[in-house]
Amino acid sequence: MAEDKITLIITRQDSPDSPSYQETYKINYRKNMNIISALMETQSNPYNADGERRPPVNWESNCLEEVCGACSMVINGEPRQACSTLVDKLEQPIHIAPMSTFPVVRDLVVDRSRMFDSLKKVKAWIPIDGTYDLGPGPRMPEKKRQWAYELSKCMTCGVCLEACPNVNSKSDFIGPAPLSQVRLFNAHPTGEMHKSERLNALMEDGGIQGCGNSQNCVQVCPKGIPLTTSIAALNRDTNIQSFKNFFGSDNNY
Amino acid sequence: MENRDFFYRRLHSLLGVVPIGIFLVQHLIVNHFAVYGPESFNKAAHFMESLPFRYALELFVIFLPILFHAVLGVYIVFVAKNNVRRYGFFRNWMFYLQRITGIITLIFIVWHVWQTRVQIGLGNVELDYSLMEDILASPVMFWFYVLGVVSTTFHFANGLWSFLVSWGIVVSPRSQKIATYATLLVFLAVTYIGIRALFAFV
Repeated sequence: MAEDKITLIITRQDSPDSPSYQETYKINYRKNMNIISALMETQSNPYNADGERRPPVNWESNCLEEVCGACSMVINGEPRQACSTLVDKLEQPIHIAPMSTFPVVRDLVVDRSRMFDSLKKVKAWIPIDGTYDLGPGPRMPEKKRQWAYELSKCMTCGVCLEACPNVNSKSDFIGPAPLSQVRLFNAHPTGEMHKSERLNALMEDGGIQGCGNSQNCVQVCPKGIPLTTSIAALNRDTNIQSFKNFFGSDNNY
Repeated sequence: MENRDFFYRRLHSLLGVVPIGIFLVQHLIVNHFAVYGPESFNKAAHFMESLPFRYALELFVIFLPILFHAVLGVYIVFVAKNNVRRYGFFRNWMFYLQRITGIITLIFIVWHVWQTRVQIGLGNVELDYSLMEDILASPVMFWFYVLGVVSTTFHFANGLWSFLVSWGIVVSPRSQKIATYATLLVFLAVTYIGIRALFAFV
């Protein structure tokens, strides 16, 4: 087994503006490899399949247990996390490319800033600061907490944006992930107090109306988040909010 | 106005069902009188033709809503980057077909309106059974009409599904699945009515 080699075909790019190219590596196989450990072989032995010495492949990774979202890349055509993708379960040769929805920084490193900007835009947090001690917030039923926990698993990995046909350079749609976060924070008993602010943010340009119901997001989400259920529920909420805005309402908070 | 894009997209979704969807079903049901013979069709067509406020009805129930739906619809088609080859999920195919049938339907409607309503308005032809009989006598035209009708009914039925989602009427995965089957039945029923009427003219 020691001489076993596996082939990686990696889409590389030297800088944000330079053209991309493919580079093939033959790396030593070990049992139970994941894509991260396969990529690490290109660092310890930085020679491509033609025997040329090359700068090692760049990629991002942190947690190595599919909770941080940093190592998302397109592996054999499927956007997923490199850490939880096992070499033994893949067809050879293995094609690895950066996600196409995001600007490439270098090789497999992409800039997911747009997702973090979207989270700011939709106010995906709960304001708890005041000029005095506001005391403990309202309690949350345990069943609801368990349900909300599923939504909180989102790691901003970008896989749903990569699969969404309406997230692209021609459209300003912010994508499924930040939408579902609005549902999470609007479901929180304290977060609910600022519900309309988040809903109004969702109705701005690039907001929830950009969803075309292709429902790819819910199919590809590595955390199994019910994204399309969130979007449909928020469709209802934003529609009601828009009626409140237009006709006026006694409880428009 | 604030949130113009949101408003236009929701209006687009609403107009597809009310009034355009209702008009479509009404139109195909009236066409279906052709199955009972030329006289029956002529009587029904004459009734529709002599409705009070006809021009206002045509303008506000048919032309303007379709015009808005078409213009924004073409834009929506343009901003999508279809990816059914990579993500061959059922709903993604429906998303893709919705855009394809939208374009086919637009071409068909422009042709159909030119051939019938515009020519009637110019006084070149009269609205009766023989008008459609002549048009559909050409096999090319007949199959173009079949394609146009099926494309329109698909676009309507699948659009009804996304209307239910976009307006937050069906939310849970189960309700969305039931809506899929319900709109499939709508597609089959409306297509049957439309196609059967076409065959009555040949």
